[in-house]
Amino acid sequence: MSAQPRPDVAPLRTVLAVPGMHCAGCMSKVERGLSTLPGVSGARVNLSARTVTVAHGDRVEERDLVDALAVLGFEAQPRRDELAPNLSAVKPLLAPFAVAGFAAMNVMLLSVSIWSGADGATRSLFHWISAAIAIPAVAYAGRPFFASAWRVLRHGRTNMDVPISIGVLIATGLSFYETAVGGEHAWFDGVLMLLTFLLAGRVLDAMMRDKARAGVDALIRQAAQGATVVAADGTLAWRKADELAAGMVMRVAAGERLAADGEIVAGQSRFDQSLLTGESAPIALHRGDAALAGTLNLDAPVDVRVSHAGQDTTLAEIARLMEASTQSRSRYVRIADRASRLYAPAVHTLAAVSVIGWLIAGASLYEALVIGVAVLIITCPCALGLAVPVAQVVASGALMRAGLMVKDGSALERLATIDRALLDKTGTLTLGRLTPDPAALDAVPPTEAGIALALASHSRHPLSRALAGALAARGVRAASLWGVEERPGEGVFAHHDDGAVALRRPEQATGTAVVLDIDGAPARLIVCSDRLRPDAAEALAGLRALGVECSILSGDNIAAVAEVARETGLTAQASATPADKQAAIARLRASGHHVLMVGDGLNDGPALAAADASIAPGTASDVGLQASDLVFVQDSLIALPRAVRASRATMRIVRQNFALAILYNIFAVPLAIAGLVTPLIAALAMSISSLIVVGNSLRLARIAR
Amino acid sequence: MTGLAILIPAALALGLLGLGAFFWALRNGQFDDPDGSAARILIDEEDI
Repeated sequence: MSAQPRPDVAPLRTVLAVPGMHCAGCMSKVERGLSTLPGVSGARVNLSARTVTVAHGDRVEERDLVDALAVLGFEAQPRRDELAPNLSAVKPLLAPFAVAGFAAMNVMLLSVSIWSGADGATRSLFHWISAAIAIPAVAYAGRPFFASAWRVLRHGRTNMDVPISIGVLIATGLSFYETAVGGEHAWFDGVLMLLTFLLAGRVLDAMMRDKARAGVDALIRQAAQGATVVAADGTLAWRKADELAAGMVMRVAAGERLAADGEIVAGQSRFDQSLLTGESAPIALHRGDAALAGTLNLDAPVDVRVSHAGQDTTLAEIARLMEASTQSRSRYVRIADRASRLYAPAVHTLAAVSVIGWLIAGASLYEALVIGVAVLIITCPCALGLAVPVAQVVASGALMRAGLMVKDGSALERLATIDRALLDKTGTLTLGRLTPDPAALDAVPPTEAGIALALASHSRHPLSRALAGALAARGVRAASLWGVEERPGEGVFAHHDDGAVALRRPEQATGTAVVLDIDGAPARLIVCSDRLRPDAAEALAGLRALGVECSILSGDNIAAVAEVARETGLTAQASATPADKQAAIARLRASGHHVLMVGDGLNDGPALAAADASIAPGTASDVGLQASDLVFVQDSLIALPRAVRASRATMRIVRQNFALAILYNIFAVPLAIAGLVTPLIAALAMSISSLIVVGNSLRLARIAR
Repeated sequence: MTGLAILIPAALALGLLGLGAFFWALRNGQFDDPDGSAARILIDEEDI
């Protein structure tokens, strides 16, 4: 169990993201597999973050580890921010929560004896002990609330933490005064219980965000974290993306992504630009043409002279567009804070009015103040503070089990309001990867399929890998070959028994296809294309039933978009640039619609950031994953209506919780104003209202089914 | 009543002990990977 890293043995540490791990079996496979590598002294999996930390000597390269994991059957990527501390939202809250819980329990124990009739010197002693526990505990555990309240008050705004902080501070102060003068009632137990409940809500909320973020972080791939650079004397060296500079020549193999913008100086190939532009058909580039960072080289190795690297690439332009559009989103005010804008002034006025009322009626200043504090404590938004986070945590947990990760608590609130959805085509409505035509595969006899699989498995070309994957999924067994040779830009050539066999590109390149050539058999053309995601029709019908009108917003050419539009029956806008997409969303929002953007590519980034809510598939680009609110990891599009339905159910429950909290106040506040509330009644009322709200929220656990 | 002089410090000490244990666990990284810890008990420890 105690596999603590030993830093003296292994000076180097590498953190790899391994999104495919999900069970104990995977963990032991990865840890044991890596530990047996020469030069590796230890490997420790973190299943929550889906990462593995490898301790190794300086002769082990990052790429060796990735290759070793690939042999074990796990896809892995090095984490660029491996040295940055993992910022967890939960950790800073756990300690205050523990302190509040500890203090609340001990003070409650003392309070119970006071309520059972302790008086005189005993009561005074108990009050003093309570004060000694409670005051430091409030000062420590209340910090998250005080800090947040102070932050907004300085800017002349208010949020839920303002009434909480005022209530807590006044009640603590008055209780201390009561204790000092030997009075009858101290409210330390109520204050600490309030803090405990509220911190429980915050911890749950933070846990949900941490979990979703860890899941998304694990998905984030380093599309091209570097390139092989050809030096002037012809030697090759691997350089990281941030070490590339204009003028260097990169050698880009087939199946590799470009790490920087540049001009092709040798060779010719076809490039998949779908991540950047949404254009699905590969484009052919020759010597002298410009190639963009993030595009995928499909056919043959090429040499590219870097023209722009790092922050000067086309990617940076998209990043600037995104920065501008995220501002509209940050102006969104969460429902709990909107509620507190009404709630806080109402409660504070009520307390002030009670104090003044009792003074006029002839009570002493002290009596009037006690009643004012009772009003503040009884109305302190215990149930309100739990109403939103608990509902959202339960709903997010249910969605996560269904394969949908909610990255932000306010995402469900925003998603619930949408009435219009814009969907990207490549990678969103479609799978975004080439799949061989099933009809063509059906026509291939088993022996030939075995040869095709064997040939395809010898190449890292995207088409070969797609073919190999599809054939392996059909249960085809690879035939044995000899004399295998891959010729870049042409195909894989080999011999089976005595005949020559080949998997090669077609003579005239129409669309994307491979030809299977087997001696003595007719050549077979296997067309590969991007297909609609499963359940697309059902999902779109589901969205329509929820009153959400859908349309396609794609950067691809009109012909390709028209085909998908016909298949799905949606209206479409084609050839949209990232700025066009952003403008389309701004137009819809200006006309009063609430817009959901579903997209995956870099080109969707600005639109994802500008929309009211956004969803990306797990296969999306880093930018897409980071800009979106929700990420769905399965292939099926059914996640979209499911997310909208779940968000609306969540908001329904949140509104019910608010109604329950208000109902509770209608009963409790008159009692407090009448001066009938003792600490015992306050403690009971607070616990019961909180339990009711939590119980109501738990009904959301089945929401994602 | 004299019993209180023993019982209250005893109750507080036990509570503080729990709190201290929790803080120790927090510092010691026991909350870093809750999912992994749950799964790890299922791994058969062979001689590594």
